[in-house]
Amino acid sequence: MVHTALDTIACPDCDLQQSVPPLPPGGRAQCARCKVTIARNPVDPIDRPLALALAAAIVFVVANTTPLMGLSAVGHESTTTIIGGAREMWSQGSEITAVMVAFCAVVAPGSFIAFILAVLLAARRPPAPHWVGQLLRISALVQPWSMSEVMLLGILVALIKIAQLATVTPGIGMYAVGLLIALLAAIAATFDSHVIWTRVVWADGTLPPLLTAARAPARATR
Amino acid sequence: MTAAALVAGPSGLVSCATCGLLSRPAQHGQTGCCPRCGTALAVHHRHSIEFTWALVIAAAILFIPAMALPVLTTTTLGSSESDTIISGVAYLYKSGSWPLALIVLIASVMIPLGKLAALSWLLITIQRGSAKNNHDRARLYRLVEFIGRWSMLDVFVDAFIVALVQLGPLMSVAPGSGVVFFMAVVVLTMLAAHTFDPHLIWDPGRIQRTSHD
Repeated sequence: MVHTALDTIACPDCDLQQSVPPLPPGGRAQCARCKVTIARNPVDPIDRPLALALAAAIVFVVANTTPLMGLSAVGHESTTTIIGGAREMWSQGSEITAVMVAFCAVVAPGSFIAFILAVLLAARRPPAPHWVGQLLRISALVQPWSMSEVMLLGILVALIKIAQLATVTPGIGMYAVGLLIALLAAIAATFDSHVIWTRVVWADGTLPPLLTAARAPARATR
Repeated sequence: MTAAALVAGPSGLVSCATCGLLSRPAQHGQTGCCPRCGTALAVHHRHSIEFTWALVIAAAILFIPAMALPVLTTTTLGSSESDTIISGVAYLYKSGSWPLALIVLIASVMIPLGKLAALSWLLITIQRGSAKNNHDRARLYRLVEFIGRWSMLDVFVDAFIVALVQLGPLMSVAPGSGVVFFMAVVVLTMLAAHTFDPHLIWDPGRIQRTSHD
């Protein structure tokens, strides 16, 4: 018999252990000590982020395949895509920078969307297999490096800087990046990893206990 | 809504850093693995203070070449000109777009320096066992964690200028050696914010307790 303390939470920021009262739909609980949000009760924690993640996946493909912006000066014309920024850096000898730009602008947001999609699809019908938990952990590690919004501001600054030298025109890719940022923010607002964790099969293969299960804490495995 | 009914302080439970589950350690002095997600449990990030200091100091050293070396080299009809981050800001300011100059100055200079200062202050107060300004220090840490990624701005600006301004012999832009150092500063400060254990703000005695184990 596994004993759990599922209605007791340690604040992720200050480690204060506290029990969370039942929350109304859409409600959130703050840590009693450091005021960080420690629990949420999202209205629709699976289907809503799933719809947003599907939209984000489509927009992500558009953003990465269409030109971000074009430049024309005295008969010369050039356009660039997101990965084009990294590719030119690479060919000019800044390989490390190129890899980092590609990671933060393409790999991290792309894999974050893919992981979230897989996690949500698998968690729709609990119990979710144990690998869902592993994917959830990786997606949390990748998320801070997904920098679409920083990239968009960078593109805008670059546009204004170049506009003094040549004519620059924003492309479809740029609007797609703007939409992608809005969708990623909406996913972050509607997705709640605690909801997923309550549906994941435990490490020893036992089914996830319901929130109403025994209140004594579980014993860690060796 | 504020969570009510506090469980008494050191209850002997360990929270999992990955999935948040509270569990009782497997046996005394050995925390074991989280029964839900299988992650090794720890009472706190091991060597959090030492790792964070190492990353902060490394970032502070790399910040010097990041500012001194050019980030972009522009070649126009045979003559070339190099720009550092600071001279790029000055160029934006002189050409009349001061709001843009301010954005780049804040993202590339103020935020990295501010992060290094903030993390150093947090580490020093914890090592002194300070129990003052806990709320301000917790808020400062959250700000550092949230804002760090925006320093990457200049790297993206440089990448897209390099990608776009390739007009053959007429005009071309190449990245300078400063970009790599600057990027290293951003990555190291982000890692430093990640290694820093905010629990220590509220419980500085933890360092002494765990070092005796």
